Amino acid sequence: MSAFYALLKRDILLSLREGGTIGIALGFNLIVVSILPLGLGPDMNLLNQIAPGALWVTLLLSLLLSLDRIFLNDYEEGTLELMVHGPLPLEMVGVAKALAHWLTVGVPLSLMTPVMGLLMNLSPEQFGILTLAALIGTPALSFIGAIGAALTLGLKRGGLLLPLLILPFFIPTLIFGVSATTGFLFASGNFESSLALLAAITLSAIALAPFPIAWALRFNLS
Amino acid sequence: MTDNSNTTAPQPLSIWQKLNEWVNAVANPGQFLKYSSVILPWLGGLAVLGLITGLYWAFFITPVEEEMGKTVLIMFVHVPAAWISQMCYVLIAASSFGLLVWRHPLADVSAKAAAPIGAIITFLCLVTGSLWGRPDWGTYWQWDLRMTSVLVLFFLYIGLITLRNAIDEEVQAGKVTAILALVGVVLLPVIKWSVEWQQSALHQKAGIIRGEVSVDYLIPLLIMALSYTALFFYLHMKAMRAEIYRRRTVAQQRRLAYNALKDEQQPNSE
Repeated sequence: MSAFYALLKRDILLSLREGGTIGIALGFNLIVVSILPLGLGPDMNLLNQIAPGALWVTLLLSLLLSLDRIFLNDYEEGTLELMVHGPLPLEMVGVAKALAHWLTVGVPLSLMTPVMGLLMNLSPEQFGILTLAALIGTPALSFIGAIGAALTLGLKRGGLLLPLLILPFFIPTLIFGVSATTGFLFASGNFESSLALLAAITLSAIALAPFPIAWALRFNLS
Repeated sequence: MTDNSNTTAPQPLSIWQKLNEWVNAVANPGQFLKYSSVILPWLGGLAVLGLITGLYWAFFITPVEEEMGKTVLIMFVHVPAAWISQMCYVLIAASSFGLLVWRHPLADVSAKAAAPIGAIITFLCLVTGSLWGRPDWGTYWQWDLRMTSVLVLFFLYIGLITLRNAIDEEVQAGKVTAILALVGVVLLPVIKWSVEWQQSALHQKAGIIRGEVSVDYLIPLLIMALSYTALFFYLHMKAMRAEIYRRRTVAQQRRLAYNALKDEQQPNSE
């Protein structure tokens, strides 16, 4: 277990000190959300109506940008090769790296949602549910995304291929995330059950994703 | 003596490995080539005959539907395509499972050959469905459960094909693509279910199971479904044979190149 924590700590430290990944994800999210009203016209009611869907879609896209970084650096310098033969099961390596990705990208993106909500004409009492749903939903994105990152490891155009492979698998999280948010904002439907289902998707992803991640890493490194 | 033993010692292993690889790569696919050459003409004949009979039946024998008019004829191309598109994915998933668990090379050939056929049939299903939707519901596209899940299925096929093309090393490409196919099997029902949860469906429910389709339609529809299945397996077998021959050619070219290199090097070393 100590190897797991060591790896987790190392990955978090690396991406914090490197800086680029988080900054790009947050900056991308901010720019897309600011560009949306310019494209749609400054109709505040319309913005308010589409806010949950628009914010979730931009969240997915921003998170997608950084997915290929989960394994790429370690793959290029050969550390990943060592991890395959190391004491920690490869499944747990996958868990540590996906978790580190969530902590360094998913959490900051979720905490940024109030700012995005502000831009989309949501009122402050509505920010809470937005952040809560994002915090519950984004781990699934990191874990499912890590499968894609492991599959496309070492490909020349891996970064471009990844969204194509992985975006369809984000649909359940997107649907329940949006439905929880709209359920709370516009009092349509039961938002608690949507949140519970969102959590169910996340927990299943955490439980199941490590296995395909480990297979893909083994096949791509042998 | 010592020199000899040094050079021969690793050889049994490598020959054994080569033999093993050769058995895996050729023996069973060879068997496949034999029986598929017998089955293929029958499948092709059945497909052509079935398509002609089914379409003739649908166009000239079945009475014209009052409500929908002639557009209902699209059903006979659309519905079997929807069935085959799903069957093809099940086939790919089963092949992928076979590849990952038993490492059978023929399973990889099967998965590789099926993906483009599945993508095209799924595309056919989307296009015919959209053309049918326009006169009947007044719109080409509707974000309802079945259309969305067929669209996601289409994306998945495209993903499988692109991922395989992107990886140069063939064995690795097969295994990695197989993982994606199996992940898709787990997630497709979840996606479908979540879309169902989100939306109240506009699409008519699958009518066959509830016995609402009259016999006039059912017979040609079943004929069409049968001939689509025959056509699919005909194309699949044909593509598998082509893939096996391609792999053999590549292997042969490598062997020739290797031998040529060895012949060149031998006079130099002596």
